[in-house]
Amino acid sequence: MARNPFRSESEMFRFLGVVIVAAVLIAIGAWINVWVGVVVAVLAVAGIVWWLLQEPVPGTAEPAPKLASQTPAGTHRVLVVAPPGTTSVQVGDAATEVVVIVPALASKLEAATGAVDDRRAEAEQTALSLTRSLSRDGRSVRGEVGADNPVLAVEDALRTFGADEVLVAGDEAWVDDIRARVAVPVRHA
Amino acid sequence: MVAHAEAHLDHHEEHPPEPHYSSRISPSILGMYLFIGSEIMLFGSFFTAYFFVRVVNGVAWPTPPFHLPVYMAFINTLILVTSSFTMHWALTSVKKGNVFGLRAGLLLTFLMGLTFLITQVTEYLRIGFNTGDGAFPTIFFCLTGLHGCHVFVGLTILLFMTIRAFRGHFSPDHHHGVEIGGIYWHFVDVMWILVFLTVYII
Repeated sequence: MARNPFRSESEMFRFLGVVIVAAVLIAIGAWINVWVGVVVAVLAVAGIVWWLLQEPVPGTAEPAPKLASQTPAGTHRVLVVAPPGTTSVQVGDAATEVVVIVPALASKLEAATGAVDDRRAEAEQTALSLTRSLSRDGRSVRGEVGADNPVLAVEDALRTFGADEVLVAGDEAWVDDIRARVAVPVRHA
Repeated sequence: MVAHAEAHLDHHEEHPPEPHYSSRISPSILGMYLFIGSEIMLFGSFFTAYFFVRVVNGVAWPTPPFHLPVYMAFINTLILVTSSFTMHWALTSVKKGNVFGLRAGLLLTFLMGLTFLITQVTEYLRIGFNTGDGAFPTIFFCLTGLHGCHVFVGLTILLFMTIRAFRGHFSPDHHHGVEIGGIYWHFVDVMWILVFLTVYII
């Protein structure tokens, strides 16, 4: 993942500095011979692209901070993430608020072309069915369709729902991926 | 207690559907990417024309008997590059709560940008050729003129930023207007360096 030089003024100023250095090298090359300048320009562009790709993206190297729960006493919030087609998930009796996220899993081609309507419809059906099956007295249950990547779907959901734990139904590989990116306990359903 | 199950999916009462965001790319970053993409396509089309004229068609650059005012353009480049430094000074100042640095930095940036634009217009008037004199002058005016338009937009943004700075609208915690304007100004500077290299140097 490359650093985006347009993310902030400081990043852009830094990028400008690199461009100035490259421009001076190109000018020196062009002063010797036009084609030397062209070669230096090609090398400079390749070098800048390489530099941008090598730059660490701020925040990605650090592990996610572990946060203390802000949930009031007597409330236990559970975020359930389940793949489309899941028919049932076991949530503990302690759960008083549940949000079910079903990622609209799509192939790369479908995602690239935006042809995700069918995938979203499948995810909606699963979310609706799980919402109904988890509903009971004293528990609030809500279902949503998430992004096409389970980790991103969980990150999105946690922005508006302060869960005490994340329950992952489906592929066990999801558990590790989600655990690496979120600050709340994650377990397999 | 009554069971409470919501399904956001199949009823949107009296309000439009909730947007489905993905953190893969945030709306603000996506907006910036689209802007950069459009700028690359815009400048790219002009640079493509430049390379076709110069490399494919082999038109002499500059076509005799015309001459490019390289020295004046170099001075102008120094002015524009310096203005990016004062812009950066303005932003670092406001982050530290230095109001004088913010105001002085923005004012100097605006004045240097204005100097650049006035010098470019003066250069146009004295250059001795016009768009009707062939492919070389056409591309020259298109590329430098397109960049000049960007400088004009940047100066308009800078003018409002400077006025707001003098009216005390920015603080160490609230200076988003300076940040965004600064990104644009540096972008204009980067584009000028590319234009200067291709039109005047190589």
